[in-house]
Amino acid sequence: MSKIDQANKEAVDKMMKSRPVWVDIGRAKDVIPGMKDNLFLHAGPPITWDRMSGPLKGAIIGGLIYEGKAKDEREAEELAASGEIEFAPCHHHNAVGPMAGVTTPSQMVFIIEDKEWGGNTFSNMNEGYGKVLRYGAYDDEVLNRLMWLDEVYASVLKEAVKLSGGMDMKSIIAQALHMGDDAHNRNRATTSLFIRTIAPFVVETEWGKKTDYDAPRLDLTNVSEYFGKNKATAAAEVLAFMHSNDLTSLNAIMAACKSMALAAHGVENSTVVTTMARNGTDFGIRVSSTGDKWFTAPANVPDGLYFSGFKSSDANRDIGDSVITETVGVGGFAMAAAPAIVNFIGGSPADAFDATNEMYEITVTENNNFNIPAMDFKGTPTGIDVRKVVEKNIVPRINTGIAHKDPGVGQVGAGIVKPPMEMFIDALKELAK
Amino acid sequence: METLFDQELVVINMGLEDFAKTLKERGTRVMHVRWQPPAQGDADLLSLLDKLK
Repeated sequence: MSKIDQANKEAVDKMMKSRPVWVDIGRAKDVIPGMKDNLFLHAGPPITWDRMSGPLKGAIIGGLIYEGKAKDEREAEELAASGEIEFAPCHHHNAVGPMAGVTTPSQMVFIIEDKEWGGNTFSNMNEGYGKVLRYGAYDDEVLNRLMWLDEVYASVLKEAVKLSGGMDMKSIIAQALHMGDDAHNRNRATTSLFIRTIAPFVVETEWGKKTDYDAPRLDLTNVSEYFGKNKATAAAEVLAFMHSNDLTSLNAIMAACKSMALAAHGVENSTVVTTMARNGTDFGIRVSSTGDKWFTAPANVPDGLYFSGFKSSDANRDIGDSVITETVGVGGFAMAAAPAIVNFIGGSPADAFDATNEMYEITVTENNNFNIPAMDFKGTPTGIDVRKVVEKNIVPRINTGIAHKDPGVGQVGAGIVKPPMEMFIDALKELAK
Repeated sequence: METLFDQELVVINMGLEDFAKTLKERGTRVMHVRWQPPAQGDADLLSLLDKLK
């Protein structure tokens, strides 16, 4: 076995041995290393304000208003362009965020601890569907929901996860792949397991027993009808919100995947990809043995199905850190586990199997944690090898949501996107130096 | 060889998938093999890949 093959085996073994456990929730500026009052994190590789796409700019504007640093859009844009606010990739702080990925200093974040290798990874709370900050929306409805998530939802879940002793995220992903999820675009099983695991502790929390609290309340119709308006406990509201949002578990799953990817980073001679991420303008990758260097190229526009009233010319370029799932062998790589997903992104169930089969061509191994029942429990293709991507001319398969190119509109569809090959060629050139 | 075209044609197609599709549309049994020249035949990339074996 060559020294590169040995290094790749070591990197992928470390990835698969990582044991991410959700242990706590904390405020970003208190728990994320290097986070500070004027630092805003975003998805993808580094980018300056002037090059940001519509949805990312919208999320930054919303974040500045949410943090009380600007009172309206105009002030927020001036401040963002002034240089007083610093921007950095979530990935530079061991964090990940779906779509725009904007994480502000006051936001509450999941804390995932790697029980095998040590260290924490982070992601903020998922806001649900429709008009949300991560797609660049920032009206009062969006900001009020963020306030509720950070002050009520996160407080209840923080207490609940402490009572539970922690949630093994790898076990949740492994089970969900047996229940029709890919752990990226289809999260119905993942979120059901997440709720089932935490619910007994949610109802036992002190915070959850409150019916009167000083934060904007959500309009959860089913809860209001049952308990009477504003009479439900916070626990009932939290559980109802979790149930209303299939993406409830996604951010914690992504942080768990970040934990696995991080474990594989920094192995000398390894050609395994340890970061893939997009900021809505550029796609970027990082490789295990090339340190913090990003290899970037213009992101492509996803090809997919559009919600009624929208078309491909409305779409923004590919955006978000959620491709961390594919980086560790789930998401698009586990499509064969989730044939129902084709309803959402187009194609046939046979295409889902083709997608997974093709990914074995560019990966190091079969995952020993995540497997696919319909493929005789074969492990998912894991550990993208830059050499194989270039040699086979096959890029990683990615499932993704599609954001409107203008800030404030939100999600307009979902589909498949191809990362640009140039990044892998640039990485190959660097590795060969 | 002379008898080849007297039998049912069963084709293995490598590379360009359109050839397989056309035959399939005409009712011919086809097995398509996805194959591309390594690194698209780019000599510079092939030499880099050689260094990274």
